[in-house]
Amino acid sequence: MERIPILKMGDFLLVTIQVDMYDQLALTLQDDLTERISRTSARGVLIDITALDMVDSFIGRMIDTISSLSKIMDAETVLVGMQPAVAITLVELGLYLPGVSTALDVERGMKLLEQRVRL
Amino acid sequence: MAALQDGTLDAIKNQQSKLLGDWIGALEANGATRNLKEQDVQQQTAEFLRLILDGIRNDSGNNIAAPGWADTRRFLEGLSNSRALLGYDSHQTAYFIFALKGPLFTVLQDYYRDQPASLAEQLLSVSELLDSFAMHTIRTYQKTREAVIKRQQEELLELSTPVVKLWDGVLALPMIGTLDSQRSQVVMESLLQRIVDTGSEIAIIDITGVPTVDTLVAQHLLKTVTAIRLMGADCIISGVRPQIAQTIVHLGLDLGGLVTKANLSDALKLALTRLGISLAKV
Repeated sequence: MERIPILKMGDFLLVTIQVDMYDQLALTLQDDLTERISRTSARGVLIDITALDMVDSFIGRMIDTISSLSKIMDAETVLVGMQPAVAITLVELGLYLPGVSTALDVERGMKLLEQRVRL
Repeated sequence: MAALQDGTLDAIKNQQSKLLGDWIGALEANGATRNLKEQDVQQQTAEFLRLILDGIRNDSGNNIAAPGWADTRRFLEGLSNSRALLGYDSHQTAYFIFALKGPLFTVLQDYYRDQPASLAEQLLSVSELLDSFAMHTIRTYQKTREAVIKRQQEELLELSTPVVKLWDGVLALPMIGTLDSQRSQVVMESLLQRIVDTGSEIAIIDITGVPTVDTLVAQHLLKTVTAIRLMGADCIISGVRPQIAQTIVHLGLDLGGLVTKANLSDALKLALTRLGISLAKV
């Protein structure tokens, strides 16, 4: 079965979505990520969706869910690299993702995570 | 449908100068020649009459789509094009042809004085022909006007969404004019694209040039700001004029999630502070 790799970088986990997301893949990612957070006691999660150019309401909600999940498990989540088309789609779908932190690219996202965790 | 007889042709030809005079008189009385040069009007009327005569002589019939009327059609298209661009309304443009009816009918009445049957037949025929030409003129006029309007709309859309770079990492979008759904979509797309291209962290939307902010405009602004936030950049709204601030509060709009500043310079100051840049006099 196809899986999205979760890389460990120090205290943080890095998830790079490079394929088209479908529902089952999203659910698997949710399971894998929570499991990894608890196993590695990571302090932050960085989700890179630069390559994602299509979303639907399910994937949008999944992003929101993952962020809430990691927050409960005491890991900050930062979403980076969202494409304009994706941002517009999410807004038109009414998914404003109020609880999710965002950054323009991975570098800035890492900086933001470090700031958040140090606080 | 009755064809036009040779008699009609003769009648028109014999009375040509009187016909032209009366025609131009009618046009002037109606204001359909306003701002046009006298010699232009004379030339246009004479040309049209000549084309009509040619058409009748060539036995082109009453169907103006026939090849015999091609020159006439082309002439009228040119005429209504120029009228549309000069800002004449559809009535004035069509009246160029309708004004010919009166004088022409008088001429025919004179000519067929003794043959009432022929007179009625010829009048109907001429009337139908002129009506079709008038319709053709209006149709062309309409098309030209639509093309003009479409072009202006496109120009307006392009003109009104310039994204400018104020500083390294700071983009600004001065908005001018009313913000409707279509425009806000264009604005959103171009601004988001520029954010990706330049990697800017802060975008300033300046609404000094937006005349009113109602619930719809506020919603568009909120959507744009949210999309910018989702991409990982920050947005500042600047140029909130006193009246606009009052409208927003009176309408009870919730702009809680937005950072607003009174003018662009304050917004730039805030942006620079956030980027950790400080300016000092040398």
